Order: sequence, then C-alpha cells, then structure tokens
Amino acid sequence: MIKVNNRPIEWQEGMTIKKLINSLKYSYPVLIVTINGEHIPREKYEEAAVADGDDVKIIHPIAGG
Amino acid sequence: MSCVLTAEKVQKLKAARKVLKEIKYEPAKLEKGYANKTLYINLSDNSIVSKDVTEKMKDVFIGGKGFGLWYLWNAVAPSTKWNDPENEIVISPGPVGGITQYPGAGKSLVVSLSPTTGSVVDSNVGGHFGPLLKFSGWDALEIQGKADQEVIVFIDGNKGTISIEEAPLEAVDTHLIIEELTEMYAESEEDKRNISVVSSGTAAQNSLIGLLNFSFYDKRRKSPRVKQAGRGGIGTVFRDKNIKAVVVKFNGVKGDLNNPVDLKKIQELGIKLHKEIHDFDAIQTQKREVGTANLVEIMNDYDLLPVNNFKYGYHPETWKIDSKQIKKKVTQNMPDGCWYGCSMACAKAVDGFELKTGPYKGHKVLIDGPEYETVAAVGSNLGIFDLEHILECNFYCDTYGVDTISLGTTTAFLMECYESNILNKEITGGLELTFGNKDAAMELLHQMSRGEGFSKIAGQGVRKIKELLVKEYGADSHFLNDIGMENKGMEYSQYISKESLAQQGGYAMTNKGPQHDEAWLIFMDMVNNQIPSFEDKAEALHYFPMFRTWFGLMGLCKLPWNDIEPADNRQTSEPAKVPEHVQNYVELFNSVTGKTIDKKELIVQSERVYNFQRIFNIKMGFGQSLHDNPPYRSVGPVTVEEYLSRQDRYDQQMKELIGVDPEGKTIEEKMQITRKYREDQYDELRQTVYKRRGWTENGIPTLEHIKNLGIDFPEVVEVLKKHL
Ligand code: SF4
Repeated sequence: MIKVNNRPIEWQEGMTIKKLINSLKYSYPVLIVTINGEHIPREKYEEAAVADGDDVKIIHPIAGG
Repeated sequence: MSCVLTAEKVQKLKAARKVLKEIKYEPAKLEKGYANKTLYINLSDNSIVSKDVTEKMKDVFIGGKGFGLWYLWNAVAPSTKWNDPENEIVISPGPVGGITQYPGAGKSLVVSLSPTTGSVVDSNVGGHFGPLLKFSGWDALEIQGKADQEVIVFIDGNKGTISIEEAPLEAVDTHLIIEELTEMYAESEEDKRNISVVSSGTAAQNSLIGLLNFSFYDKRRKSPRVKQAGRGGIGTVFRDKNIKAVVVKFNGVKGDLNNPVDLKKIQELGIKLHKEIHDFDAIQTQKREVGTANLVEIMNDYDLLPVNNFKYGYHPETWKIDSKQIKKKVTQNMPDGCWYGCSMACAKAVDGFELKTGPYKGHKVLIDGPEYETVAAVGSNLGIFDLEHILECNFYCDTYGVDTISLGTTTAFLMECYESNILNKEITGGLELTFGNKDAAMELLHQMSRGEGFSKIAGQGVRKIKELLVKEYGADSHFLNDIGMENKGMEYSQYISKESLAQQGGYAMTNKGPQHDEAWLIFMDMVNNQIPSFEDKAEALHYFPMFRTWFGLMGLCKLPWNDIEPADNRQTSEPAKVPEHVQNYVELFNSVTGKTIDKKELIVQSERVYNFQRIFNIKMGFGQSLHDNPPYRSVGPVTVEEYLSRQDRYDQQMKELIGVDPEGKTIEEKMQITRKYREDQYDELRQTVYKRRGWTENGIPTLEHIKNLGIDFPEVVEVLKKHL
C-alpha cells in the first residue's frame, strides 16, 4: 500500500510515477510530484520508482475560473 | 461585421436624437487612484449630480464593488424590487483600475438588485468602460430611476459634458448598437479606441437573465468588441430602465493618469509579471492561445464537466468541443487583452463567423470567446457536442444580452424536466427539449429575443420556473428542488461539485449565488486532498472568498493572480495562494494609493465589504443559513442512473467513509444512505465555515465581528439586531 495525496492506493510491482499518473488518469499537463518529500522533475517520471509504503504527492496547481 | 453602417444611416440616427438634458462639468484630476467624485444620474427626472467621495468611503469600501454596495444600500429599502425606479445600476472601476503597467487592471464592477435573486448582485467585467469613466473624472456611475422613453447616456470626459439623449432609432442588440455608437461618437478611425459602450439586447428585456456588454475597440480588427457582466440579470434592469446604452468617451489614456504615488514600483511589478507570462503561459494555462477553453478537456478528464444538467462529469464526445478544436476557430497571434497592458491576453475571438440561424442569418460576425463557461453551459450541459452551435449560441447570447451560464443551466433543467415528463410539447409550444437537441435550444434563444412562446417561461430562470411548474402543472417540488441547479435564485456556473465538499460550500455559501468567483476549490479538495478536515475547508472558504473579493474592490482581473505562477511557486509553503503575486498586489495597492497595507490588512479590507454584503442580503430578507442550502444535485446523485454512473465510487465511499456495507442493499437504499451522509457533511461544513467567518449558527455576522471590522454603523447594527 502507498499513499497518494494522503489517500491509500494499492501498490504494484514495478510501479513508477509515470505508471501511477496514468492509472489515476491524471492528464493535467503540469503536476508537482514528490516521493517522501523529494521533488521529482517531469523528465524523471518514467524512471522514478515508487516503493511499497511510499508517500507520494501529485499536486495539480490548477486554479480554475 | 457584415451589417454595413453607412454615413447616411449614422446621419439619420443622429438627426432623430433629442437631448433631454445636458450638463457641463470640470473633470476631476485623479489623485492616488481616485477622482474623488462620483456621478449620479436619475432617469426619472433627468437629474445629474456630482457627489464627493469621502475618506471614510475609501477607507471602508475602497472602491469598485465596495462603492457599488454602499450606494445601493443607501438607495433601496427592504421592500424595493428590482424593477422599482429606486433600484440602481452602479458601475465602478476601483482605485487600481486603469493602470496599464500591470496585467489585468481594466475591470469594472457592476452592482444592482437582481431580478432572479431579489437581492444584491455584483458582476465583474472587462472592456474599457470603467477606466475611461475614471479618467473622465468619476470613481463610479450610479444610475437610478426609469426613463419614459429609450435613452442613451453620454459622458464626454474631454469636453466635460454629460447628456441624456432620446434615442429612438438605434438598435437594441449589442453587435449593432456598439457599432452605431462607436461610429457616431468618434471623430475619426483613430478616435474609436476612446469610446466604450455599455449595452444589452432584445432578450434581456424579455427575460430575467439579461446581461450587460462592455465594449472596447479592437484596432487590428477595426471593430468594437465586448466583454460581459453576465451574472444576476443586470441587463434586464438596464432595459427595464429604458436605457439603450451608456457611452463614455475619453481621449488621452496614459500610464500615469491614476497619479499613483510610486509609478516606478508599479512598472517594476508589471515587468516581472509580463516576463512570467511570456516565459510560462505556454506551459502552464495557455491563456494566450485559447483563453479559458483549455478547461474543457481538463474538466472532462477529471469527471467535472457538467453533462446533461450536471448529472455526469464526463462525455466521450467532449473532444469535439475541446480547446484543440476551439483553437482552430479563434484567431491566433492577436493582442487579445481586454485592457491596455494585459499581456495575459485571454480575450480570444472568432472572426468572420457566418451565422446559420435567426435574424442575422448569413451575416459574418465576430464572436468573443468562447469561454469555458459558455462551452459547458450551452454545449455539454445540454448534451450538445457541436462547436458550430456553441459559437452561434455564444454570439446570439451576447448580442441579445443574455447570460450564457444562466441560459445554459436553465435550459439543461428544462431538458431534464422534459425527459422526466414534467414538460411536454404542449407546454413548450412544440419545442422538443430533449438533451442534445440543438435546434430546440437555439429556437428557445431566438424566441427570447422576440419575447415569444415558451421562452417567456424559460427566461424566468430556474427558481421561478420551479415554482410555476409546481403551481400550474402539479410537478413534484422535491424532485425539482433536487435537480434545479440554482441557489439564492441564481443558476450554478459550470462545474460538478459532487465530489468536493469544499466546492459545494464554495457555491452555496456565497453572497450573490453560485458563481465560482468566490472560491474554486475542486482540485485542492477533491484531487490534491490539501484541505482534508472541516477546519481546513472552512479556512479555505474564509481565505479565498475574502482574497477574491479584493479584486472586485480594486478593478482587477483575477486571472493574472493564479492562472500564471512564478517558477518557484511550488516550493512555497502555500502554493495555492501564489504568495509572490499576493505580495505584488499589496505593493500595487500601496504604490497607487500611498497607503501601507500588508497581506493581512488586504484580507481585512475584503472582509469588511464581504460582511457588509452579507448584511445587505439580510436587510433584503435573505442572507441566512436557509439561503445557503444547495440543491442536492450539486451534493450527490439524485437519480438512479446518476448513482449507477459512479456506482463503484459511491459503494466504496459507503464502506470506507460511512462504515456501511453496500452488499445486498438496493440502489434506492444506497442512495438514501449516501444522501444522509452527504447532507450531514454539508451541514457540519456550514457550521464550521460560519464560525470561521465570525457568524452565528444562522449565518448572521455577530455584533462583535462587525465592530472589529469597523462596519458597525447604526443602520447596519439595526439590521443585525433583528436577527441576533
Ligand atoms: S487576463 Fe483576460 S480577462 Fe483578465 S484582464 Fe487580461 S485579457 Fe482581460
């Protein structure tokens, strides 16, 4: 189990930030991602591995109308 | 535009004019953002009066919406109705309004009593009117009374004249009258940019959801264009007063006309923001390319785009109306700012659009927008995924003077009523108002312009239609209250709030009604989960409405605050507030006015006006807890099909949040359990928010709170005491 934005999500073998974002259908082009508080730049999403128990934050800096 | 306005026609229009009253005045020189004078016009007796702005007014009400509320408060009694001559339309730009160095500083705030809510309403609009009014020597324009024939008010800020003129021949529809008046009052092509026209349209006079258009002249397109004060039906008040247009003319806009105390600082702040927009807009919100339309696909992806009267948040055909398609229609590489110096330039336009229906069929016209709200309101929320239809509807709403949001939400409600057999062809006069029927939706709009048929009912807005359907046709009031997306008599703007408790409050715990300009918290709450507790949500429902109110006091646009962010914003402790931009605003205000506020005092400035508006609502018989009740459609699933569309989510929530096993329960039982839980959550949030805002359990500001804010005037205390 991992946490994404403080909500529990089932962890899966081989999980990366990219896969996680896809499975959550987060299509917003600008995201602020951290794993255990460490910032993950966009170009690292594919290789950034998510381990079981990690605390992931995927923040959408969207302000709306 | 295709209607060719000949010199002969202009002569004819001019010749038919009769000046009913004209006065001369000495235009005030601006000092620290203020002219220190406001203009009062009464159309019943044609009186024109200059009023002084007191220091106290500036300290407490600041300007913009604050001035509007204060003047209207003094003009109306609790018994005053929207169509009484005592009702006013007040237009005011605010002290920062009109600066050209910092993006987004050309807004006008309009305040009036609303035909649909019965209470005070405010609307924020671009275009050049507010700044030109101020440069003509007026911090606000207050219009009271009713003319007994069609009139135009004309303010010439260079000559120092104000006239009320009988205007029998001018068109009423906006795209025609703005062209006529720009042509008539300008002395040359170059002079056209010095003119701004406020107008409405034919449907505004036949419905309660009329809007005001504020024009500005687009030099490149050689055409006047418009921005809209859409919410609350102020266009209907305008037409009820027999006003065809209010025109201001001022030649000589310069960057220092506000006479600010520190122009250099303002320039520095502006340069910094221009650079951010230049560097980041393309990778952040793309306002320069598509305006607000990129929200269409984002909302669809996150299940937040209203479809079929807010039942669903997603539709597979949304790609047909998303920003990629819109981008192909709107003209690119144009400086599309709605006031000088706005490099955010989100005011997109479609050029040369050939109309396919209605009285202007075959005309090639310029269409402003389309904004996200319009695409959702007259598109997805009606089950219509046809961009050509949306553009046509956008044009006609603007020129007829009808708010796209209210029209869309009302039509969506009517379509659901039709599909639920509450309405039928007999009642609608043959209109088959099913979801997706674009011809019927368009015909309803044209009827509104002509004042005919079923539009006479449709144009009343959701609240009044509900009452009528119950009274005349025996409809189930419980069901209508659940699906009728209005609160306080105003129709909801276009976001699905079912999965965001904070946004449910952000809609229904507002001063004027469910417009998202007070708080837009869906992503912070639903996706980012940054405000999980009731206290967190209440804090957001305190801070953001107060902060956003401030734009309306200043004459500022909200977009350059958080639709562009500095590179390091995400590293700050509160990125949602965009702290660097908040500091910009503090410095901007101080640099214009010479005052020394900080970010805390900024919030207090808004809190004064926000609480005053709440008390104004109370004075008019509203503004209490029961008026903050949302329709259940904005909180949870009303119908079985709605529950089924998100069954997995609702079942999971039942298990995890409510602690009830959904296994073996019927859909109806599950819907009941969900409803009870969600309504209880909303009630708990409401109490937490009231407490945070310094209000009683019934939503009334306490005497102690208004004393702390310094708005405990005797007349305010008198209103409150009846309720405490
Ligand atoms: S951001 Fe858009 S709406 Fe706001 S002032 Fe600029 S052009 Fe006008």
